[in-house]
Amino acid sequence: MFTGFDFDVIQKSLPYLWQGMQFSLGLTLLAMLGGIVIGTLLALMRLSSFKLLSYPAGAYVNLVRSIPLILVIFWFYFLIPVLIKKLTGNPYASGIGPFYSALIAFTMFEAAYYCEIIRAGIQSVPRGQVSAAYALGLTYRQATTLVILPQAFRNMIPILLTTSIILFQDTSLVYVVGLTDFMGAAGKIARRDGRLVEMYLFAALVYFIICYSGSYFVKTLQARYNVGRN
Amino acid sequence: MDFSFLNQPAFSGGGVYLDWVISGLKWTLLVSILGWIIAFSVGSLLGILRTAPVAWLRVPATIYVELFRNVPLLVQMFIWYFVVPEIVPKAVGDWLKTQMPMPEFSNAVLCLGFYTASRVAEQVRSGIQSMPRGQTSAALAMGLTLPQTYRHVLLPMAYRIVIPPMTTEFLTIFKNSSVALTIGVLELTAQARQISEYTFRTFEIFTVATIIYALITLTVTFSMRWLENKTRVPGYVGGSSK
Repeated sequence: MFTGFDFDVIQKSLPYLWQGMQFSLGLTLLAMLGGIVIGTLLALMRLSSFKLLSYPAGAYVNLVRSIPLILVIFWFYFLIPVLIKKLTGNPYASGIGPFYSALIAFTMFEAAYYCEIIRAGIQSVPRGQVSAAYALGLTYRQATTLVILPQAFRNMIPILLTTSIILFQDTSLVYVVGLTDFMGAAGKIARRDGRLVEMYLFAALVYFIICYSGSYFVKTLQARYNVGRN
Repeated sequence: MDFSFLNQPAFSGGGVYLDWVISGLKWTLLVSILGWIIAFSVGSLLGILRTAPVAWLRVPATIYVELFRNVPLLVQMFIWYFVVPEIVPKAVGDWLKTQMPMPEFSNAVLCLGFYTASRVAEQVRSGIQSMPRGQTSAALAMGLTLPQTYRHVLLPMAYRIVIPPMTTEFLTIFKNSSVALTIGVLELTAQARQISEYTFRTFEIFTVATIIYALITLTVTFSMRWLENKTRVPGYVGGSSK
């Protein structure tokens, strides 16, 4: 099966693949941070009693969650330059570059998914905690940042990390706009050298090792968090 | 917004651009539904095997699930399309490369099916494991064999419990069907991009595609909620509590 399997091509392309991996990891980390921040805001909006806040947030989250990531990437690739031209009033304004476009697309897409996780996390905090915080004289902001969110996030860490592992896998889809992430780098070398079998299997192996150890880490973390519960 | 371009003659194919949208929708639905048939049957089998009391059934199923869950769908798509024909025996590989009907479409269905099967397996497993242990013990004590226990006691309840997460998985395969565009299946997202390139009506055509995806998602969600109420076991926790 592996007769004629050329390991040399993998070894020679390692530096280039590493560049791609840095792109993938950077995109994942930044989109994760941005997604969690915006997701938290969206979750607080959805839970707000002001319909002016909760309806738009709900509509955004449900809409984004019902369309494919690739379509979201296409949407932002089209919308960002239009918006920049509108905002600056300059019809020749240059874009913000492919990396930042991808970053915004992933952040806004993942924010919708993080929002639902965070909303469930906030709702898992006993109602009495909120009442107690208000009874002690804390304001909404203080109750949220000092009482509710810390407890909510503690419950959510495992599932937030699991979602981020899926996000890491999803970053490979920047392929559709021609960016060179890890998969993009592997694909370019595969086509240049005609070594599709080696490069794609190697890419699969690398993704597997990273994602499998990631989920294993989450599993041990979960076991540790569950000590002393129930 | 001006949607009149949908009625203009298309660049190729003889019809209007609306025909491209409909054809894209057809391929999206075909890939999703055929893929789902594979995912549901293979996934159910794997999920049951993962709860089996003997290791030689459990371990292969676990390896399958971990392998397919931890490699990105795009990579799996390329492996089905580019790598599999090269590493199978030569006669099979030649058939895959030259004789296989609609190679892009078939590979996309296989890839999505076997990828989603790993996710379905996890739902089936968690459904079975959510049943109280006493159910299995009672069934075995009454003289049912293990397959009978699964068939008449565990699975009828487990499948009802997992209707909501199963709905999510179906919607996942439906949305993931857009990844098929990377190997050249002209499904809805691919057609939307193609139309935007020919007509420059990017905003409008993306809106059309978004509305179609959202409508199908809504329809599926509501019909599954109906099914969930219909199959609900009286007295059992769950159902469509908001």
